[in-house]
Amino acid sequence: MSADALPATALPRAARGSPGLLGRVARTIHLAWPATALVAAIVLAWEFYAQFSGIKPTILPAPSRVLAQIIENRQALVDNAIPTLIATLSGFTLSVASAFLSSVLVDFVRPLRRALFPVFIISQTLPLVAIAPLVVLWFGFGLLPKILLVALVTFFPMMVALVQGYDSTEKDMEWLLRSMGASRAQVFLKARLPSAIPFFFTGLRISITYAVVGAIFAEYAGAANGLGIYMLSAKNNFRPDLVLAAVFCSALLTLILFGGTVLIQRLATPWERVRKGGGK
Amino acid sequence: MSAPRLSLSHVSKRFETLDVLGDISISVAPGEFVSILGPSGAGKSTLFQILTGSTPPGGGVIAFDGEELKDASGKFAFMPQRDALMPWRRVIDNAILGLEVQGVRRAEAYGRVAPLLAQFGLAGFERHYPSQLSGGMRQRVALLRTVVQDRQMLLLDEPFGALDALTRASMQQWLERMWERHRWTALLITHDVREAVFLSDRIYVLSARPARVIREIKVPLPRPRGMREMSSPQATKIEADLLEALLGSSAIEFA
Repeated sequence: MSADALPATALPRAARGSPGLLGRVARTIHLAWPATALVAAIVLAWEFYAQFSGIKPTILPAPSRVLAQIIENRQALVDNAIPTLIATLSGFTLSVASAFLSSVLVDFVRPLRRALFPVFIISQTLPLVAIAPLVVLWFGFGLLPKILLVALVTFFPMMVALVQGYDSTEKDMEWLLRSMGASRAQVFLKARLPSAIPFFFTGLRISITYAVVGAIFAEYAGAANGLGIYMLSAKNNFRPDLVLAAVFCSALLTLILFGGTVLIQRLATPWERVRKGGGK
Repeated sequence: MSAPRLSLSHVSKRFETLDVLGDISISVAPGEFVSILGPSGAGKSTLFQILTGSTPPGGGVIAFDGEELKDASGKFAFMPQRDALMPWRRVIDNAILGLEVQGVRRAEAYGRVAPLLAQFGLAGFERHYPSQLSGGMRQRVALLRTVVQDRQMLLLDEPFGALDALTRASMQQWLERMWERHRWTALLITHDVREAVFLSDRIYVLSARPARVIREIKVPLPRPRGMREMSSPQATKIEADLLEALLGSSAIEFA
């Protein structure tokens, strides 16, 4: 094969040399500093305003006060974050599983897609503020209404991502498989389903952020414990510092879950990593 | 040619108001390399859609080994225009796709592909993903995936169309040597005159839509073919004839 020289990108990774730990840290700092600087500036401005404008801490607490409250109430915050996490993950699991099953169903039975999609779109127009108390009214203060509400807000984006992913399949790939004598199920398993993987993870990243908000909203409408109900009672006791402490916890929770989906994607799609590493 | 492997007589096809194939009659003998040369958008790929069973012919008769072709599955190994490699499959798993669909067990499928890897210039790249390969290598994986299916005939749809000129030339040479060795029965679609002359035993020239066969030319150049054979007066004459036929057909279109 002298006519076709090996491309440099085909060499094993070790032979090309990787940037190394120091280089990666430097790169991360380089990428992250604008966002970090902006957040720091906002927090600083907020701190100055709260300290020197004479505004009451029961209206706008300073970030330093919020931080102090987080440390002081860490046990209560953790105790309330756990039910929220459980509701989020259970609802999200239910939502992903049912979105996957229905996406497969509508992919195989086209008329069903035309029947179901309008219903799903309508489900997305329901205002959560109105629906959450009703769901609590119907299903009580337990875990079930929270799971249902999380599923309600995350199902549609997952479903749309999957269906779009199936439709993104290269036409030539399907033609090729049919020319090989593949059945419809084989075409789905070998081409349509793997083609949807990047879309699936995009949907996952978007809806995991909705999921936490959904769980907190459900708790807000009525719960024994959880970050939502914690925020509500803090607000009723005129403690905005505690509300913000809980907000911080929910944001942290969302970020951790978001990071989890990114990690799962990296592990589940080794070929994507190779593409980035290979630079081709 | 007493018993052609594939013969099409008066095959036509229209999509709603679009007349794609006018009247196509061609034949391919066993072990023969035949090209279909035509202007872009002449419906050459439609012909392959009909042969692979993706769409039914509008009219005419298709016969395979003397019998009317009812079910295309199992007869042809098809190589699409863009390589259609699956980015999530490693080279070796892309190569065995057809065997997998046939239900061949993975270990056995690997066993069938392994001895061919070196010939296809892919030894040592089995575990790579397609995104790590050059365009020429990707095309060779696609061709490997096509030939291991062990069908009676190859259908190649502009296999080198997306490659740069230099890679394309080297791939054509490589394919010519491979064909010398394996003598596959092959039908190649192309709009590259040189490629058709270089690879084929016989060439059909199609007109613009609705496509008809306007010329059939034998290529009696000795094999193996190289740059020397390609620059012989005979080869130059064939190329000129083909170009004239092609340009003549489109001149009618624009008149």
